[in-house]
Amino acid sequence: MAHLSEAAVAQITAICDRYADEKTPLMMILSDIQKEYGYIPLEVQELVSKKTGISVSEIYGVVTFYSFFSLKPKGKYVVGVCLGTACYVKGAQQVIDKFSELLGVAPGETTEDGMFTLDALRCIGACGIAPAVSINGKVYPKVEVSGIAKIIEDLRNQA
Amino acid sequence: MIKNFEELAQLQAVCTATMSDKFSGKGEKRAIVLCGGTGCLSSNSAEIKEKIDALLVEKGLTERVSCNIVGCFGFCSQGPFVKIYPEDTLYRLVKIEDVEEIIEKDIIGGEVVERLLYVDPATKEKVVKQDDINFYKKQKRIALHGCGVINPEDINEALGAGAFAGLAKALKMERADVIKEVLDSGLRGRGGGGFPTGRKWQFAFAQPDGEKYVVCNGDEGDPGAFMDRSILEGNPLAVIEGMAIAGYAIGAQNGYFYVRAEYPIAVARLQKAIDQATELGLLGDNILGTDFSFRAHIRLGAGAFVCGEETALLNSIEGQRGMPRPRPPFPAVKGLWGCPTIVNNVESLACVPYILRNGAESISCMGTEKSKGTKVFALGGKVNNVGLVEVPMGTTLRELIYDIGGGIPGGKKFKAIQTGGPSGGCLTEKDLDTPIDFDNLVAKGSMMGSGGAVVMDEDNCMVDVAKFYMEFTCDESCGKCTPCRIGTKRLHEYLVKICDGKATMQDLEDMEALAQSIQAGSLCALGQTAANPILSTLKSFRDEYIAHVVDKKCPAKVCKNLMSYVIEKDNCWGCGLCARQCPVDAITVTDYTAPGKKKPAYSIDANKCVKCGLCMSSCKFKAIVKK
Repeated sequence: MAHLSEAAVAQITAICDRYADEKTPLMMILSDIQKEYGYIPLEVQELVSKKTGISVSEIYGVVTFYSFFSLKPKGKYVVGVCLGTACYVKGAQQVIDKFSELLGVAPGETTEDGMFTLDALRCIGACGIAPAVSINGKVYPKVEVSGIAKIIEDLRNQA
Repeated sequence: MIKNFEELAQLQAVCTATMSDKFSGKGEKRAIVLCGGTGCLSSNSAEIKEKIDALLVEKGLTERVSCNIVGCFGFCSQGPFVKIYPEDTLYRLVKIEDVEEIIEKDIIGGEVVERLLYVDPATKEKVVKQDDINFYKKQKRIALHGCGVINPEDINEALGAGAFAGLAKALKMERADVIKEVLDSGLRGRGGGGFPTGRKWQFAFAQPDGEKYVVCNGDEGDPGAFMDRSILEGNPLAVIEGMAIAGYAIGAQNGYFYVRAEYPIAVARLQKAIDQATELGLLGDNILGTDFSFRAHIRLGAGAFVCGEETALLNSIEGQRGMPRPRPPFPAVKGLWGCPTIVNNVESLACVPYILRNGAESISCMGTEKSKGTKVFALGGKVNNVGLVEVPMGTTLRELIYDIGGGIPGGKKFKAIQTGGPSGGCLTEKDLDTPIDFDNLVAKGSMMGSGGAVVMDEDNCMVDVAKFYMEFTCDESCGKCTPCRIGTKRLHEYLVKICDGKATMQDLEDMEALAQSIQAGSLCALGQTAANPILSTLKSFRDEYIAHVVDKKCPAKVCKNLMSYVIEKDNCWGCGLCARQCPVDAITVTDYTAPGKKKPAYSIDANKCVKCGLCMSSCKFKAIVKK
């Protein structure tokens, strides 16, 4: 566990303690770690295992099963393109293709500068404003292929 | 803190009077409400509210004009909405720039801002009131009760709209009688299964006393469905109350909401509602002075579609991979942590307080012989009025698409409506007059599912749609059983082959046979229904499959390998815009100048073209077509 800083160890311990009274806290612990750190590397899983008594193999199994949990760090901006049916029939595939082309990464990957992660999302329930894109939780309605370059540029300027 | 039935009744009376004053404009007061659903929030309704609040302060109107957020109005394609009481004026597609005019002209001047009214596309007439809009006329709001009316973050508004009257009534009844009421209403599981809700409760009730649980399934994963999200965002207390009634009926003291992590607003409002109810003593120990105690907890999903399957969901709450368990034993016998558990969908639970308040008859009087009450549909895709609609069972698909949905945009031809998400199927023109209910849709080769209804027009390729769903199921298969894990992958490969124009008729036959084996051999509903999109499109659109396989053509011109972009040289003005847009320099100028044009036409080199479609969307003269 050489990689983890003391501060990180303290924080992860605090997260585990938060759910000490729960019967089966693993999902809640992992959700909180994912939210606070952006990813759940093996060293963190080992620490969670030590704190909860759940084996690392089981934790690893859970982390890799759910798409919200990630083993690698995500970019500063996580661009999630909704590929739900309503968005798909309104051209979401072209939208994600354009993001992929402009960012130079395939869906699921992060740009080298650590700025953007491109994700294909399952329906985010914003079907009324399809095609929708969710960037760090903010939902962009009725995204047009021609407007994508500007969305990316605005985010770069913000950063 | 409410200690008994009388105190609840008193508070409800006060809240009901306050709400009624708000809507009737008593004391010359007026109220502004705005849609605060996910759709409208993304179109800046929060900023619009800030602006309204600031202007009300600036103009000194705060004493006689209130402003608050409400849940989803349902008519998402026309959002954000601003509604003004007591006149009931509904403004749509409101922008921040419009706020000043609404305040000046309507709130201060008392005049309607005509340009922000909904315009009926058929009659071109402006409609002032919500109920007069065609989209709302055929709807009946039971599960969506309170959505778009009450402030979801204020328990007093919910109480004013009848919240907790159902629980109070239930607590005065015998537990078996509560179950009988739900059974008599004919309520069937709204998450798609269609299993009678009351029967599920009976099974859990019949189990020996001890720890039991109620679980609310809010893992709404079907692409194109968002009714559970809207209910949780618009009236979370209705679902909490439904859960508490279920807890009383089966003898459970704890309930768990399992909600998708993709729904942050729904989760926040649900938590707030639980906190407010707990603070008032409507959740917790000895509710209303009875010996019934009940607590509600939230668990978040983590992005796995299969967790919508009830046993996979239970595994997920237990901190494991979300893989389904073999049934029996059913959760009602052995569910969460091995205890008797009922798993009910959000929409089902939202109907329960209504049933208790108004009696079983209020639901059973509506619908078809075997499907009672209403169903919420998320109408989406190629339809004019995109949004959330709740209609009585037995409404026809034609009414849904044309009367409520306003038909297909751009004068295009209707092709199919996909219901039931990745587990469902496509229904066509000939099915449009079928009354919608659980059994009719299954008989037609689709299913109700959670209520996603995606309309497709002539521009959608059905093979491509089947491929889309299969990619989804393939990704989301949990991997536990072989037919689903490997079978869906193989099916997807067949579809890719067909869309690429490389398949043979033998492939088509093999694919159909494999689809049937997967249906028969999978462990859970995800696998058993995974092949439905293929089987139902094969049934209704076999010609389209054959066109891909034999003629190597995609009739809808969607599949990239089977279509090309062509510049019609006689329509080309030679402006060169397309050539500048082309990312791969596939467009060059020719030496042909069309009669009447000044510059030579351009043409596309099919070998270089990557079929991105940018040229077609950039051409101002519509000279580029798909062939």
